[in-house]
This record gives sequence, structure tokens and C-alpha cells, in this order.
Amino acid sequence: MNFFVKIINDLQTYFEFPFVRYALIVGILISLCSSLLGVTLVLKRFSFIGDGLSHVAFGAMAIASVLKLTNNMPLILIITVLCAILLLRSGSRRKIKGDAAVAMISVGALAMGYLMLNVLNPSSNLTGDVCSTLFGSTSILTLTKTNVYICIVLSVLMLLFFVFFYNKIFAVTFDENFALATGTKANLYNLLIAVVVAVIIVLAMNLVGSLLISALVIFPALSAMRVFKSFKSVTICSAIFSVVCTTLGLLISIVAGTPVGSTIVAVDIVGFLGFYVAGLIKGGKKA
Amino acid sequence: MAQLSCVDLCLGYDNKVILENLNFSVSSGDYLCIVGENGSGKSTLMKTILGLQSPISGKVVFSDGMHKDQIGYLPQQTVVQKDFPASVREIVLSGCCGGSGFRPFYNASQKELCEKAMEKMGITNLSKRCYRELSGGQQQRVLLARALCATEKMLLLDEPVSGLDPKVTADMYELIERLNREDKITVIMISHDISAAVKYATHILHIGKNVFFGKKHEYLKSREGKIFDIAEGGAKQ
Repeated sequence: MNFFVKIINDLQTYFEFPFVRYALIVGILISLCSSLLGVTLVLKRFSFIGDGLSHVAFGAMAIASVLKLTNNMPLILIITVLCAILLLRSGSRRKIKGDAAVAMISVGALAMGYLMLNVLNPSSNLTGDVCSTLFGSTSILTLTKTNVYICIVLSVLMLLFFVFFYNKIFAVTFDENFALATGTKANLYNLLIAVVVAVIIVLAMNLVGSLLISALVIFPALSAMRVFKSFKSVTICSAIFSVVCTTLGLLISIVAGTPVGSTIVAVDIVGFLGFYVAGLIKGGKKA
Repeated sequence: MAQLSCVDLCLGYDNKVILENLNFSVSSGDYLCIVGENGSGKSTLMKTILGLQSPISGKVVFSDGMHKDQIGYLPQQTVVQKDFPASVREIVLSGCCGGSGFRPFYNASQKELCEKAMEKMGITNLSKRCYRELSGGQQQRVLLARALCATEKMLLLDEPVSGLDPKVTADMYELIERLNREDKITVIMISHDISAAVKYATHILHIGKNVFFGKKHEYLKSREGKIFDIAEGGAKQ
């Protein structure tokens, strides 16, 4: 009992710091956005796009630091968005299929980025820099007010986009050819989805780092799919799942002093196992 | 009057020609079966009619109040759909999507259309069920109901009975025939099953090395049809 009181007291102390509050706000927003898109991405067999695009963002970051740009955000965004469009654009007659294309771009960007940093950048703490971009630094705990505002604005835009185009996203995800044949502008929606995915991933890099972004995209969706049967319930459940897990993970990492990104993913894994068992029980009852 | 006509159509992709000089037309209320071997260009023709692919030359013309987006399409199942978490109602309703333009939500008349389509297909009792848990025949009915939401005039069916057992296959053909007869919906069906094509269709388009287009009884007299007749007769003996 005393133990819990102590934790709550600790948290109260931590919440007096603005950066902890910022981290929580940004964490919740990003996990919400990525989980909503995650359902579509997992169903479109693009689970790994989070990983792929975040490596592209890492490569872009390397270019920016070699060029000594002070504000690297625009360059990273542009390059990532372009790659996302390239990967998600529709068309079944592509020469390289989805998973292979993602793998190629992902590994390629990672290698080129590291190579460039190594050869051209005289920074002394190279390993540290790379490690913190890949695994998520403590940068979520060093967010400025501007970062938070940008994140809030983009998240709200993304949420509006999702609600507004929910039915189109469903139609395009379920059956692109049918949607196209019956007059839905599937290509346009695919393009929009690609852009939004890229933006969310660049944002999320701050939170969990390049290597762990996939977790934010796939765990909520996969967990929700274990238990729920309709698109709407899966979407809502994965959003709630994601927000709860991220909040828990963030709080644990603050209290226990563990790395933010990996703690969040650890909580996601536990959540997934819980849903998996719940799905088995539910399915068992029916059969 | 023709709803759909293909004029001097030349099909293929990557500049490789599969089919040349294809001419045929479909009128309101027709039941056209497109038959031909694998690789003869059936799917390419279908994609061209739907506007998913552009022809190398020639054109597809819609007339008689018909518009390209008004074709209800029953595609073959994709891998993605096999484990897609969606309720039957969600899927059927998505057939209305093309008619909504940029309007974000479905209106009352679209929802009614969806209910009617489910009723017609006899799947109203499944409406809350999960698509991936249905049997193959039920899934086809769901997709057919969705196609009905997208059209009142013309259905394009891509091998609607592939993978179904004989009884469900017969039911499916009956269902399609009823749509054609009672609701006066034009049906264009791609099929491997020539005996069913001959049984239900009013017109046959046979593509391959030799192209034939005409009424069913003409087809049975034609060279392409005779080959089938011999095969069928042989089987009966």
C-alpha cells in the first residue's frame, strides 16, 4: 500500500514539471493518430511502413545534419512524404511489391544515412546521436512549447481527416478496385493516406524513435482485431488501447527511469497478450 | 439501344497486345457471358470496361443513360479481404461510397438502399456478422449486395462461382438470373463454366484465338460453340 502511495506522490511531484505534462500530451496525441492509421496500414499489408518511413526520416535527418541545416523538419517531412507516396500509391502492376519495396527503402535509407553521418559529419558523439534517433532519445522529455503546439495542430488536422474520410478510407482499404470502378477517387485517398502517414511518423520519431515506431502502428490494431469484428469497433478499440498503453508506458518510464520508447512498447506487448487471450476465450465460447 | 459498346478495342499491357479488334455491344436487360481460356484476356477486358486500365486503342462507349461509374462490380476475392474485420453491413454500405462524392457520411436513402440490397440477397440476418467468419457462398452474396448498392443498371461479375460447391453455385446462378429477369439489370459475367453460360446467358462473347460474339443459339452453331458441344456430348455418353 505504502508503495502505491509513494508512486502517486512521486507522480504528483513529476507533474509539476511542464515537460512531463508536454510529454504526456504529445504521447497521447501521437499514439491516438498512429493507432487510427494503423488499422488501415495493417489491413493493407503495410505493417512495416512505420519502420520503413522512419528509417527514411533518419536518412533525411542525416542529410540535414550534413548540410548543417538548423531547422531540419521541412527537409525530413518532404523526403518522407515523397517516399510514402511512392510506397502506397495504388496500382497492382508494380514491379516490386509492397513488402519488398518497404524493406528496400527502409534498409537503404538507414545505411545511407549512417554512412553519410560517418563520412561527412565531424560530430564527436556519433554513436550516441544515432542511437538516440533510432531508439528514441529522452527528447520527448525535452519538448518545447512550440513542439507541443505543432503536434496538437497536426493531430487535430489528422483526426478531422480521419473522421471526415472514414467511409472512404474503409472502402479504399477493403477493396481498392471496386472503389475505383464505382467512382470513388481511390488514388486521391491513397495519396492523402500516404501523406498523413508520413507526417505522423515524422512526429512519432521524437516519441519512440525510428526502430520502435512500428509498435505504435501495429500493436493497437492487431490487439483490437483479436477481439472485435467490425471495422468501426476495431478502430475505436485500437485508439483506446493505444492511448492507455502509451500513457501507462510513459508514466512507468518516468517513475522507474527506464527508456521511454521501449517501455511503451513493452506495455503494448503486454496489452496485446491480454487481448490475444481475451480473443481466444471469446472465440472458444462461440465455437 | 446499347448501354455499352466496345469499338475496335485493342487490349493488352506493357505494349503487349492480347486482344485485337474487339467489337461488341450490350443492351439493357442482356445477359452476356464472356468465356475463354486462361490468358485469353478476360480479366484485361473487364478492367478496361471498368476503366481501371486504358485500352491500347479503340474505345469503350457508354450510352442509353449509362455512366462508367454505374457498373456494379463483383470482383474476385483478394487476400486482404480474407481476414478483414468488418461487419456485413459495413461492407454492403461501402458500395454506396462512389455515389457520395465528397460527402463524408452516408445519407438515409443510401442506408435504405443498403437494407434493400441485403434483403434481396437474403443476408439481412447476417448484417452484424463478421465478414471473415462467413462461408464462401455467403461472402459472395455480401459482395453482390455491395455491387447492387453501386448500380441499378449493370452488373459485372468476375467468375462469381469460383471456389463454391455445386449447390451454392446453382443458388448463385439462380440469384443472378433473378436479378437479370426481375430487376432488369444487365449482367456481364466472366466465366470458365461454359455449360452455365449456355444455360443462362442471352449473348456469348468468346475470346481467344477465334473471337465470337452473338446470341446464344448462334454460338451453339458456330465453330467455337461446336467444340464445346462435342465436349459436352462426349461427357454425356
